[in-house]
Amino acid sequence: MIKHFINLEWKSFFRSAAFQTNLVLKIFMALGALYFIGIFTLAGVGAYFGLEKAGYEPLQTLNRFMIYYVILDLIIKYLLQKMPVVNIKPLLLLPFNKSKIVDFALGKTMLSFFNIVHAFFFIPFSIVLLGQGYDPLHVITWHLGMMALIYVNNFINVFLNDAMALVAGLGSVILGLGALQYYGIFDVTPYVAPFFQGLYDTLWMFAIPVIAAIALYKVAHSYFLKRLYLDAGLAVKAQKASTENLDWLNRFGKTATFLKNDIKLIKRNKRSKTTVIVSVLFLFYGLLFFTGAIEVYDTPFFKIFAGIFVTGGFLFSFGQFVPSWDSSYYPLMMTQNIKYQEYLKSKWMLVVLATAVSTVLGLGYLYFGWEAYAAVLVGGIYNMGVNGHVVLLGGAYIKTPIDLTSNKKAFGDSSAFNVKTLLITIPKLLLPIALYAIGHFTLGPVFGYALVALAGVAGFAFRDFMFKKIEGVYKAEKYKTIAAYKQKN
Amino acid sequence: MIHIHDLSKTYSGVTVLNIEELHIPKGESFGLVGNNGAGKTTLFSALLDLIQPTTGYIQNGESKVNESEAWKSHTASFIDESFLIGYLTAEEYFYFIGELRGQNKADVDALLSGFSDFFNDEILGKRKYLRDLSKGNQKKVGIVATLIGNPDVIILDEPFANLDPTTQIRLKGIIKKLVTDRDITVLVSSHDLIHVTEVCERIVVLEKGSVVKDIKTSEATLKELEAYFSKEEPVVE
Repeated sequence: MIKHFINLEWKSFFRSAAFQTNLVLKIFMALGALYFIGIFTLAGVGAYFGLEKAGYEPLQTLNRFMIYYVILDLIIKYLLQKMPVVNIKPLLLLPFNKSKIVDFALGKTMLSFFNIVHAFFFIPFSIVLLGQGYDPLHVITWHLGMMALIYVNNFINVFLNDAMALVAGLGSVILGLGALQYYGIFDVTPYVAPFFQGLYDTLWMFAIPVIAAIALYKVAHSYFLKRLYLDAGLAVKAQKASTENLDWLNRFGKTATFLKNDIKLIKRNKRSKTTVIVSVLFLFYGLLFFTGAIEVYDTPFFKIFAGIFVTGGFLFSFGQFVPSWDSSYYPLMMTQNIKYQEYLKSKWMLVVLATAVSTVLGLGYLYFGWEAYAAVLVGGIYNMGVNGHVVLLGGAYIKTPIDLTSNKKAFGDSSAFNVKTLLITIPKLLLPIALYAIGHFTLGPVFGYALVALAGVAGFAFRDFMFKKIEGVYKAEKYKTIAAYKQKN
Repeated sequence: MIHIHDLSKTYSGVTVLNIEELHIPKGESFGLVGNNGAGKTTLFSALLDLIQPTTGYIQNGESKVNESEAWKSHTASFIDESFLIGYLTAEEYFYFIGELRGQNKADVDALLSGFSDFFNDEILGKRKYLRDLSKGNQKKVGIVATLIGNPDVIILDEPFANLDPTTQIRLKGIIKKLVTDRDITVLVSSHDLIHVTEVCERIVVLEKGSVVKDIKTSEATLKELEAYFSKEEPVVE
């Protein structure tokens, strides 16, 4: 039976539209995965020696901070890890054992990259521990305990499909605890570290997370087994509709028709809502750079990088997928009395408005000095002038249909923000950094900022020209796009 | 109104559509019938410039559909649910289409008021998004939306499927009225021979992408079509 499932998965993976049209993207994702594996392995080896060199006992120190690691893992899993989409409905009528269907769906989550990647941290770290003369039996139980905790997270995440509030709460708790600890007000680690240390010190303790993981698996299993009905776990939830009058947008003329639609799109669909929340999180990304929290980030080039990211959250997470947001009714758009220019302009306007808002909200970075805000400001200008067009252009080639509703609960594709989005943004960051570098090394940082800002302004000046070009690309890609959107995953 | 010339569509060596010449005059109600895979939806998709023909062209009004977008202003269509915007309510959807077709809310409301029977009180003012409506009600919304903004050409792919009997009868009335009162060109495809013969003045039968029959509808048409389609059944020896 498992053979059939694997066969189905194999086919759905290799026959999906995304796989066939976006080989480049796949390569990017593979490179990204390798990068993370490399980072984790280095961290695993480096953590030990780094901590030792800094005069800490490596294992104890790691255990102290493990609580942050585990909770962050859960948050990241919630945001990034996609739930397995096994096409369950058609399987229900076939002579498949229901329990097997659930086993398979859950088993698939266990093999996810987001679990495996931790092994690349814990295995090298454990090997170093063994090499340094730690007791092998205890190292192994500690290791098993840690991996079990990762799987506890994995199964918790399976339940957490509609729990943005809970996860946001967890995120703020962890941020709060981190801040309290950083400023020496309250340190939570002494209270939780004994547990993690216990996994090493006390042989039997590793059984706790292992049993918890197994128990959660059982709970998840029976939870979904019971809900494997069309009117229960697989039901499509009907929302109470709210009508709204967005007539004030009419001042934007023809583009208003689409703007109003886009606002409704964002407000009424789960997937786009998540995207907006993620783009708000981008605003805080700059903190990593400007507080000097991470040493390598404390260079001028990374400040530009930060500026682009802080203001570009919406641009990257939403703009990236224009026109995929309209994928479910793209044929309608293509047969209505619509000028491509107006359609594109409304999307562009939305992206620019959101970027402008982010740039204003970024005023908070003035706290870190005018240079920090200058980076945010020029980042914003560059995003509006140049990247606004670039994402629209890129969107023409991302032919992944988006399932806006994805409210199929745990088995649906729930997390809107995925790794692909991040990876494709990289090229858009290199140019401004290069421009800044040119300025920085010739006439100094101010000239560097000016160059980036100038590029943004130039982008505005060539707006109509850019739209013509983009329109051409959209038209050339029209038939392929319609065909790709038809393929729903 | 619509002129098809030397049109063909080939998918990796297999020709799914091949029409040498077809002319549909203004104000005609045109019915398209054929078994699954005969090329009905392919033809409609090509008419709407949603797929690119391998050879030939389609002219709608003054211009070719793949060269100019002028046809969009006088052509309305409903092919499948990808012509609906799932996260809008029915009203919002109608207003949206209205705005695209240069109609204000009052115009749209006036049009809709004539369809309260058709909607059977299940669509307007129901606080439901289109994605949560039943298939039949979605179809009603899609069909009525094509009437907004006085189009000259209306293209409906299998409009009778999924509709309840009452609505089917009402829809037939609506289509007939469009043609007689407002001289609108209506293109309809269907698997229901009785409905098309009742509604359409002219019926074209497609088989494997080619036109095999082009009939002016008369009393005898239904018999002729039934005879044609039944002969295709495998002969049991």
